[in-house]
Amino acid sequence: MNSIGTVSRPRWLTVVGILGVVCMGFTVWLGLWVTPPDAVQGNLARLLYIHPPIATVALYWAGGVALAGSLFYLWPRTRSFFWDRLAASSVEVGAVFSALTCITGSIWGRPAWGVWWAWDARLTSTALLFLLELGYLALRRVPADPAVRARRCAVAALLIALDVPIVHFSVDWWQTLHQTGTVLDPGFHLHVHGSMAWTFLLGFIAFSLVFVWLLGVRYRIEVLQDRVGDQEMEVSLAERWSEGSDGSELVGVGPSGHHVPEGGAP
Amino acid sequence: MWREAALVAGKDLRIEARSRVGLWQVVPFAVLVLILVAFAIGPDNASLRHAAPGIFWIAVLFSTVLTIQRSVAIESGEGTRDGLRLSGIDPAGIFLGKAAAVGLQLLVLQIVLWAGVTFLFNVRVHVFWLAIVTSLLATVGLACAGVLYGALSAGLRVRDTLLPLLVLPVLAPVLLAGSKAWQAALDGSSSSGAEWLRILIPFAVIYLVIGIVLYGPLQEAA
Repeated sequence: MNSIGTVSRPRWLTVVGILGVVCMGFTVWLGLWVTPPDAVQGNLARLLYIHPPIATVALYWAGGVALAGSLFYLWPRTRSFFWDRLAASSVEVGAVFSALTCITGSIWGRPAWGVWWAWDARLTSTALLFLLELGYLALRRVPADPAVRARRCAVAALLIALDVPIVHFSVDWWQTLHQTGTVLDPGFHLHVHGSMAWTFLLGFIAFSLVFVWLLGVRYRIEVLQDRVGDQEMEVSLAERWSEGSDGSELVGVGPSGHHVPEGGAP
Repeated sequence: MWREAALVAGKDLRIEARSRVGLWQVVPFAVLVLILVAFAIGPDNASLRHAAPGIFWIAVLFSTVLTIQRSVAIESGEGTRDGLRLSGIDPAGIFLGKAAAVGLQLLVLQIVLWAGVTFLFNVRVHVFWLAIVTSLLATVGLACAGVLYGALSAGLRVRDTLLPLLVLPVLAPVLLAGSKAWQAALDGSSSSGAEWLRILIPFAVIYLVIGIVLYGPLQEAA
């Protein structure tokens, strides 16, 4: 029984999801079977078709959407729960991608550096970003009035966003093993050629599409959760009522969201 | 705003002076951290000397969390926060006052820890100005960021477990830069240490400014 009503899944989201999965499939196929092994790194280079795209999504896409959402929520003229939910969804999806960045980076590091975890600047700052995101999500889970929670989380996201560059620079100065500018040099000249370049580009598109899709799905869950929160009291009241009447159970939700016990109110 | 900040700071410090929580709980805790980390590292003098700046700043960071929790707890009594909000004091003034009170306590704590590190790990600071400037800048950053996150977690039942998770990753740059600058101050290489002030200065300035701007909205949300 559907006790919270339905929120329609927008068609564009399904299209983006399908496109993302298809692109991902092509990336895997091209990355594992079609492209040749790298001249220097051998098969290890295949990991670079997914690691930089995941890191880009984690840092720029997820971080950017979360920051923009929080700023728009804090700005009185644009304040709406849309921005709050979007920011929260983005942080959650971003946390998954941050964790994946650390994991794929670490898998690459084992053969390349000889250790699972090197205290490399980017790996360390991504790990710290992941912990900051976990802090935000923990704050998000604290029960509170939606407006209070939204404002609190927006401020937290803003503070995290301010901290990320400082964390990045400090860890960067601390130690650096990570190579810089492999694919694009400062003049934006592509250093990867042929099928490898296309696979690399496709990887970026695939992970970006998957990010948009996950963001949309997570946003929808957020809307549904809020609706559950609103109706929880009414649902439990209706259930108590229905316990009293013989053989009755809840039959559904009326247009206004009120539950109508079978056989009428007690 | 400054007069109000002084009022709030005076109030917090007076409460601390009378309750002596900082003196009898936070300071011994910080010294305990020094000793426990030394146990973990082992009695080798060379490695302890090498680790001394890091241990010092770890102790400062953990104590910062306790001091912030204490600063929030002062305001957690029945209706106290509402009272403060209704008193008409500029939120920026409250922020600055609370940060000043926390900062002053942290400075006293660092003096004790400095003595502790010198005594226990047999290290000597060679570049005094660097150690002092590092401590001052780090204290401003720690106090401002700490009070902000304290306000964020104020009024929550899970405050005590949530605050360390929120604030410690944020303070990581201070730990890094502070340790490196202190290492340089111990080694006597002032130029390499001064580099690290370039992290501490923006950290302190950013959190000071953000605190002044955002403390009002945060108070409303708490």
